[in-house]
Amino acid sequence: MDKPFAITLDPGSSLANHTGSWRTSRPVYLDRLPPCNNQCPAGEDIQGWLFHAESGNYEKAWRHLTKDNPFPATMGRVCYHSCEGVCNRAKLDAPVGINSVERFLGDEAIKQGWKLAPPASESGKHVLVVGAGPSGMSAAYHLRRLGHRVTVHDAGPFMGGMMRFGIPKYRLPREVLDAEMQRVVDIGVEVKLNSKVDNILDSMKAGKFDAAFLAVGAHIGKRAYIPAGDTAKIVDAISVLRSMEGEDKPMLGRRVVVYGGGNTAIDVARTAKRMGADPIIVYRRNREKAPAHDFEIEEALQEGIMVKWLSTIKQAGESSITIEKMALDEKGFPQPTGEFETMDADSVVLALGQDVDLGLLNGVPGLEVSDGVVKVAANMMTGHPGIFAGGDMVPADRNVTVAIGHGKKAARNIDAWLKGTTHVPAPKHELATFERLNTWYYADAPKTVRPMLDIIRRQSTFDEVQGGLDESTALFEARRCLSCGNCFECDNCYGVCPDNAVIKLGPGKRFAFNYDYCKGCGMCVSECPCGAIKMEAEEI
Amino acid sequence: MSLQTVSFYQTGTFTVGNRLLAAEERSVQANMQRTNSLNSGHRACQGCGEALGARYAIDAAMIASKGQLIAANATGCLEVFSTPYPETSWQIPWIHSLFGNTAAVATGIAAAIKVKKHKGQGGDVRVVAQGGDGGTTDIGFGCLSGMFERNDDVLYICYDNGGYMNTGVQRSSATPPAARTATTMPVGPEPGNAFGQGKFVPAIAMAHEIPYVATATVADLRDLEYKVTRAMGMRGARYIHILVPCPLGWGAAAQDTILLARLAKETGIFPVFEAEYGEVKSALQIRRPLPVEDYLRLQKRYAHLFGKTPAVATIARIQAQADKNIRRYGLLAKEAA
Ligand SMILES: Cc1cc2nc3c(=O)[nH]c(=O)nc-3n(C[C@H](O)[C@H](O)[C@H](O)COP(=O)(O)OP(=O)(O)OC[C@H]3O[C@@H](n4cnc5c(N)ncnc54)[C@H](O)[C@@H]3O)c2cc1C
Ligand SMILES: Cc1ncc(C[n+]2csc(CCOP(=O)(O)OP(=O)(O)O)c2C)c(N)n1
Ligand code: SF4
Ligand code: SF4
Ligand SMILES: [Mg+2]
Repeated sequence: MDKPFAITLDPGSSLANHTGSWRTSRPVYLDRLPPCNNQCPAGEDIQGWLFHAESGNYEKAWRHLTKDNPFPATMGRVCYHSCEGVCNRAKLDAPVGINSVERFLGDEAIKQGWKLAPPASESGKHVLVVGAGPSGMSAAYHLRRLGHRVTVHDAGPFMGGMMRFGIPKYRLPREVLDAEMQRVVDIGVEVKLNSKVDNILDSMKAGKFDAAFLAVGAHIGKRAYIPAGDTAKIVDAISVLRSMEGEDKPMLGRRVVVYGGGNTAIDVARTAKRMGADPIIVYRRNREKAPAHDFEIEEALQEGIMVKWLSTIKQAGESSITIEKMALDEKGFPQPTGEFETMDADSVVLALGQDVDLGLLNGVPGLEVSDGVVKVAANMMTGHPGIFAGGDMVPADRNVTVAIGHGKKAARNIDAWLKGTTHVPAPKHELATFERLNTWYYADAPKTVRPMLDIIRRQSTFDEVQGGLDESTALFEARRCLSCGNCFECDNCYGVCPDNAVIKLGPGKRFAFNYDYCKGCGMCVSECPCGAIKMEAEEI
Repeated sequence: MSLQTVSFYQTGTFTVGNRLLAAEERSVQANMQRTNSLNSGHRACQGCGEALGARYAIDAAMIASKGQLIAANATGCLEVFSTPYPETSWQIPWIHSLFGNTAAVATGIAAAIKVKKHKGQGGDVRVVAQGGDGGTTDIGFGCLSGMFERNDDVLYICYDNGGYMNTGVQRSSATPPAARTATTMPVGPEPGNAFGQGKFVPAIAMAHEIPYVATATVADLRDLEYKVTRAMGMRGARYIHILVPCPLGWGAAAQDTILLARLAKETGIFPVFEAEYGEVKSALQIRRPLPVEDYLRLQKRYAHLFGKTPAVATIARIQAQADKNIRRYGLLAKEAA
């Protein structure tokens, strides 16, 4: 080629200059564990399903969610959503309304009739599940998905366990519960109702089961000794709530005294209110020390339920009780004051907690029971090989979500046990703490509030108290998620690299680094909103 | 329940791109097919704001001109790090002028294009001139003012990193007060650069009443792209002044380049606005007001202000300048002043 004056070389591209050699540390993409996921007792991939909900793909979101928990509509009503308590967004304005979006997805699934997928192949193994509560049904679902034949036995006439016979309708409508339970049956889980298991070993032998998962819950109401006349009406809360599900509604009279400060006390008082009674809760400690969640106490107070804090029942008569005032000592324990008071009472409902009926375990070798609950190893197996247990009957927090989580964990371990292997959970990613985020990139967006039923209907009907979000508000709420620790394809790294060393792989495929040119400035790490990139020292 | 409008995308509203947006609503930089006008392999320092700002601006100009673009480039880092003979990182027609005459070279190119069009040769090719703050506010200032005054059909982009960085960080008329440079050492009664009268070229450009003047930073990509696109949609002399942090000259960490640009805007040190025919039309609002100290502390060129006895009075003077910007350009309009 004829070159112009003074030019001796052909023009070249700077691509020949591999500036990657300047680097002393390199950026790498990673997934960090969002705090919500880390917290969820059922092990949901919250950030993962919110990601799909954000794009309006609710079915995909629901499918992603139900990989871990088959009951989102139920969760969206009764789960205590500890995830929201740790949500990073709380440090910006208010936590993401994870629970309300979950409920929206669950309700949408029921409305659209989405079905769970049956297993691809059969393992030939048969597992007995005792108890059709959340833990048993969760285990049944996961075991079935893993290809096992599952038979569930329950002593009661309906599925749901305490979700049906404890949690009142105004918090969990039965159509919702039924729909979600039925979906598990639809993938081929056999459920035998009204069939109590009296002896687990006999039942396993008779049915030729390869393994068993026990989730019988805690149904025996704890009693307290209260001197009472023959005519005094003293019942326990669990029986009252249970009878609400049958034909014969409980007869409690007008003035109902509920004894206890837990969620069960609140539920039974609110139930009595709806039946036309004037319930009053008597609790020996104060509101701050009550085990009931504060929002439940608040809702009860709104509905006009009275509470006598710092009081114990000394005596019960036909139409009145005597209570003694208490005072908290320095350690926060209630101590009697010697001050007494009499009040009208047609009945006393004891809501003092529940014990586990361990009758079916009589004579099972190897079992270890302490404090009335069955000990299990990290893999949820009891001391007896092949018998696993979870939910309220094992030592743990007693709530639906924990029970569901146990069911999932047990299913995975039963599956491994049946194969003669051990289940090794995937290693946990490092936590996506707030400090990892660059929150500049998120718009301010206040939390969406769920509508509440008007107070008159809350006092007189069993209609659901808390409403759900509609499509647009649920979408808004989902989009408030910061996607902590997980790339949401915002293109920031691709944009901010001064060296054009980030390769965009296309929708859904995320990005890759071109280490030939990356100088290791770390701008992508600083400007990634969600903390999905980190610097690693280069081996030089 | 109160009514809430769902803004089109919540997650990452201020990010470069967003998977939830329609393709045509995304930024140029989010596009897999962006020009990459300034390609990989250039020799700018790690985290160079100028390299970033130039790619942002020229890629947007390429889209706006449908790929019909010629750039004239003054001497300075941008030229030196991109084009060591015989290599270049530029993927557009590009010419290196002298240090001080870029505006005039661009004017000449625009004139040539006009003549060619007259003769029915060539299409509608657009012209950009670009240079550093030294090449713009100091040595190239005469040519630039002439270009403005004649209203030549050129978009001039100044990449302001506050000094002659390419030759080893000497002071320019755009170096901020109190900043340390090789020629304004932190010694004597007024350490660092003197508090002079200042020379804010965007305001001088406005005084020429040219069609369009804007400022931008590398921290606000969408705003920057909007301004380049807006400028390219106009004819005549246009000027965009982009703040581009320089890790080397400012003594800052390479990964803090965008953060520093953001802090410059959020503290009010650098007002981000646009003006047409000499009148300010809009100003980017401060989202999270911050004291100037947050900006200064991250830079070693201000380290002498934060010694054993902090230079409270000097910091207060810098704060006063920021406050003046906030008042003058209405950067916190919604807040009661
Ligand atoms: C009033 C009340 C309100 C509550 N509210 C909430 C709430 O809002 N949110 C929350 O997360 N948690 C709540 N809980 C706690 C929650 O209901 C329980 O932690 C959860 O249901 C435990 O699940 P599980 O599967 O272990 O047992 P359960 O739900 O108790 O189910 C056990 C099942 O096993 C069956 N069974 C028992 N013995 C046998 C046998 N021998 N053979 C066959 N079947 C048997 C029972 O019939 C029952 O169906 C509440 C509890 C109560 C009492
Ligand atoms: C007439 C002339 N004087 C001096 C120089 C040396 N020189 C080259 S680049 C430069 C500084 C450039 O500063 P600026 O324009 O701010 O660009 P930066 O390198 O900071 O991006 C100088 C002084 C030159 N090339 N030509
Ligand atoms: S912002 Fe999203 S990912 Fe982060 S904790 Fe909250 S719900 Fe989880
Ligand atoms: S000296 Fe500054 S402007 Fe020049 S290449 Fe380095 S970082 Fe960029
Ligand atoms: Mg400069």
